[in-house]
Amino acid sequence: MPVAADLSAELQQYAHPERLVSTQWLAENLNTPGVVVVESDEDILLYDTGHIPGSVKIDWHTELNDPVVRDYLTGEQFAELMSKKGISRDDTVVFYGDRSNWWATYALWVFSLFGHSDVRIVNGGRDKWIAEGRELTKEVPAPAPTDYPVIERDDSTLRAFKEDVLEHLGKPLVDVRSPEEYSGERTHMPAYPEEGALRGGHIPTAASVPWSKAANDDGTFKSLDELQKIYRDYHGITGDVPVIAYCRIGERSSHTWFVLRHLMGIEDVRNYDGSWTEWGSAVRVPIVQGSEPGEVPARW
Amino acid sequence: MSEISESSRELPGALADIRDDFLALSVSDRLQMLLEFSESLPEVPEGMVPDDAWEQVVECQSPVFIHVDTDGPRPVVYATAPQEAPTTRGFASILVHGLEGLDRDAILSVPGDFPQSLGLNEAVSFLRLRGMSGMLSRIQRQVAEAS
Repeated sequence: MPVAADLSAELQQYAHPERLVSTQWLAENLNTPGVVVVESDEDILLYDTGHIPGSVKIDWHTELNDPVVRDYLTGEQFAELMSKKGISRDDTVVFYGDRSNWWATYALWVFSLFGHSDVRIVNGGRDKWIAEGRELTKEVPAPAPTDYPVIERDDSTLRAFKEDVLEHLGKPLVDVRSPEEYSGERTHMPAYPEEGALRGGHIPTAASVPWSKAANDDGTFKSLDELQKIYRDYHGITGDVPVIAYCRIGERSSHTWFVLRHLMGIEDVRNYDGSWTEWGSAVRVPIVQGSEPGEVPARW
Repeated sequence: MSEISESSRELPGALADIRDDFLALSVSDRLQMLLEFSESLPEVPEGMVPDDAWEQVVECQSPVFIHVDTDGPRPVVYATAPQEAPTTRGFASILVHGLEGLDRDAILSVPGDFPQSLGLNEAVSFLRLRGMSGMLSRIQRQVAEAS
């Protein structure tokens, strides 16, 4: 029996309101059977300083990625992780995290590669929960292991590889990095460590829509009306044609992927997780520098 | 292990103790210890460091600032980092505590790969450790410039 969606009025504007919950809904559903709350942060210690009661931590760096190959977990590894975190296949998994839910949406996207069906985001994430003075605990739950099935990861629907992007050139691409990264002035986020791309710039024809355009100051998502204005009216992303989003390593673009796929309801949106750290170091792929999207080259 | 041998030379006492304490623990306990360090980063009293004396550590993803007071007989390291960035606070705290009471030469002698010697590479991404290297190199530069 699926857990009822958050029926708050402010969520009903979105294409898939069942993908979002408010902090209030979460506070009321912390003990609802079938709900597992997952915190996913950029800072690996943040969960340990205090987290939403009953929530488990999933670390993007050490738990979702393969430690050797640049790829995600296999079906077996994912099943093992789910068992360890006490997550069953039919559970409602509610994600929240720091930095306007970058890593929460990233974790949700990885869960979606494994077809985990009921995944939701806490609108506003960790910061909003704390700003509202809601309860935090340092108590770490010890969930009973589950019998999560081994599901083969589907990389064909929600995920794009470099080759897919080359095929896709000319169709809508969204570069969600900062304007300086887009233009090629820098290859990493302002105030972030240099993260290894050899060249600066963007993929030809990509629109520059920094992820933060979709977020309010309190970390919640902008209204559907505002989102439509930015993506559809201004950048022409109507959803009639497939879309690919990218950033530097795929985390900020997960935020945009979530917005396009679940809030605006665009069916065919993929996240290119190789992103600029791959593209900006790949041999003989086309790159455009400067603030204009540029043209698809005749050949490369 | 190479991570021990590279940094064992000339590491001043307190830093060597901190490193040995980390390496004696399991990876998850090392994170716990890093958290304890983050909680013990000394608060810098208001007005102790002039606003324009702080140097930002741009390698860090969070706003982290370092200042070394070199007016006294021995340098004193100050650091600030936000509560919502505990990993960064932990790194700053290790340096503040580990360098406390050392003279100029001892601070300058700390090997640049000290952050990589704590056994945190598996748990904290390499990029975050670079933030700590950024702090150390700034501390050493400020000390060197003052003399």
